[in-house]
Amino acid sequence: MIARSARPALRQRAPTFGQRFVTWCLQHAQALIYSLGQLWHNPLASLLTAAVIGIALALPAGFYVILENARHLTAGWGGSVQIAAFLRMDVGEPAAQRLAHQIAQRAEVLEVKLIPPEEALREYRRHSGFAEALDVLEENPLPALLLIRPRLDGESTRPADALLEMLKSLPEVDAAQYDQQWLQRLTAIIGIVQRAVMILALFLAAAVLLIVGNTIRMLIYHRRPEIEIAKLFGATDSFIRRPFLYSGVWYGLCGGVIAWLLVTASLMALARPAGELARLYASNFTLTGLSADISLLVIAGGVLLGLIGSWAALQRHLKAIEPM
Amino acid sequence: MIQFTGVHKQYPGGVDALKNISMHIEQGAMAFITGRSGAGKSTLLRLIALIERATRGQIIVNGQNLDRVRRSRIPHFRRNIGFMFQDHRLLNDRTVFDNVALPLVIAGIRHQEIKKRVQAALDKVSLLPRQNARPMTLSAGEQQRVGIARAVVHRPALLLADEPTGNLDPILSWEIMCLFEQFNRVGVTVLIASHDLEMIRKMKKRIITLREGRILTHAGGAGED
Repeated sequence: MIARSARPALRQRAPTFGQRFVTWCLQHAQALIYSLGQLWHNPLASLLTAAVIGIALALPAGFYVILENARHLTAGWGGSVQIAAFLRMDVGEPAAQRLAHQIAQRAEVLEVKLIPPEEALREYRRHSGFAEALDVLEENPLPALLLIRPRLDGESTRPADALLEMLKSLPEVDAAQYDQQWLQRLTAIIGIVQRAVMILALFLAAAVLLIVGNTIRMLIYHRRPEIEIAKLFGATDSFIRRPFLYSGVWYGLCGGVIAWLLVTASLMALARPAGELARLYASNFTLTGLSADISLLVIAGGVLLGLIGSWAALQRHLKAIEPM
Repeated sequence: MIQFTGVHKQYPGGVDALKNISMHIEQGAMAFITGRSGAGKSTLLRLIALIERATRGQIIVNGQNLDRVRRSRIPHFRRNIGFMFQDHRLLNDRTVFDNVALPLVIAGIRHQEIKKRVQAALDKVSLLPRQNARPMTLSAGEQQRVGIARAVVHRPALLLADEPTGNLDPILSWEIMCLFEQFNRVGVTVLIASHDLEMIRKMKKRIITLREGRILTHAGGAGED
């Protein structure tokens, strides 16, 4: 503390904790309002910065939503992963039924459905459009078919793989294959895309940091005279830093909200065609939007990136400014 | 209040701005530092305000050895000092009131108290009616007076002024000097760097003349001590 002067100078005695806390709150409120005022003073520039941040955040958020929807869609199909086992032509109906019964007893099997050759032919006649051609045939060319639904726990298809191998080795079975192998491939592709989106999100987060950092750097230089005067009159580093940190938070918050709006608007635009497509496939699939926690994550992510970006810029550029 | 003992300041590149300065300015005194441009007047003020640190020697301000003031404590140290400059350095994007309020805002004073003190300070420099004006719309003399109000609003023990009348005509300069004297009379220690010798002599205060970084003469004026 500075020694007492002839006049009662300001703050000579150490303030109590309560007083200091009130001062602290007061200064935060001032910085918050002041930084908001600065943004408001320059609405177009502020909006542009926030929009760039918003777009950068909207991209990974949008991809995430698309992936989530794809996952939901395939999860709906994933329950119906089936193995189709085509029996040899010489296996008669009683033998086929016995075999179906045997397989159904196994622990890893959920359900077995036998489709006899006649039924298969009826189905084929109905769907293929070759009805007349089939009439020409004297006997049914189709084998009996076992549709087996494996019991799957979780995402792994390993138990089903073992089941498939077992079925292939049975003497009555001519061929066995996954009914929907493409689905597995699609799931794998989604996995890769998911990883790619995560990497993209990291890059874009870095971009947001750079955008905020650069904006705050410009702000610091723009307000250099003010910083010098404030330092001369005894402003602490945290006092000077505060409004800039709040500016970063505001940019991040506005960017997050813009990102949310962009994604939500895009989904609204996609909802109708997606519904149309689902109707054509007789599916009850509907496009799911941003969930509450993901919305919160986007906005909180924006705020956090804004804060970190401005903090980094302040670390780098504030020290260089000393009163002249 | 201010005690220099063998103070030396060398800038990078080997320029000696101050050489072996020893002096003492008593609490409640008013003193002038004069000399040509480059004689070391500003450097001396900068050392007192801890904007720069001495290369050698000891400086004690307000009972505090400046060598021992850590960087993190500099803001608190400066809150007991008021500053004034030749180019007033007011912030043009704020009103006169907000400019003067700055030292109080920094100190975390409450709003009601700030209003009271700022208005009192503006009243003393006869600018209360202009409190909502922007500094740009004021005359040079008025701007300087706002600078004075800002320099004393937080009731510092020490007032440092660097060429406060440099841009003003003799009549305005005299008004400013009288204001300084008023503050000095209520106990503020005032140290003014100025090369306006004619006016300084009229003030009949202590004059420290620097030349090439050394104290050339040390003329005690009447009226203090």
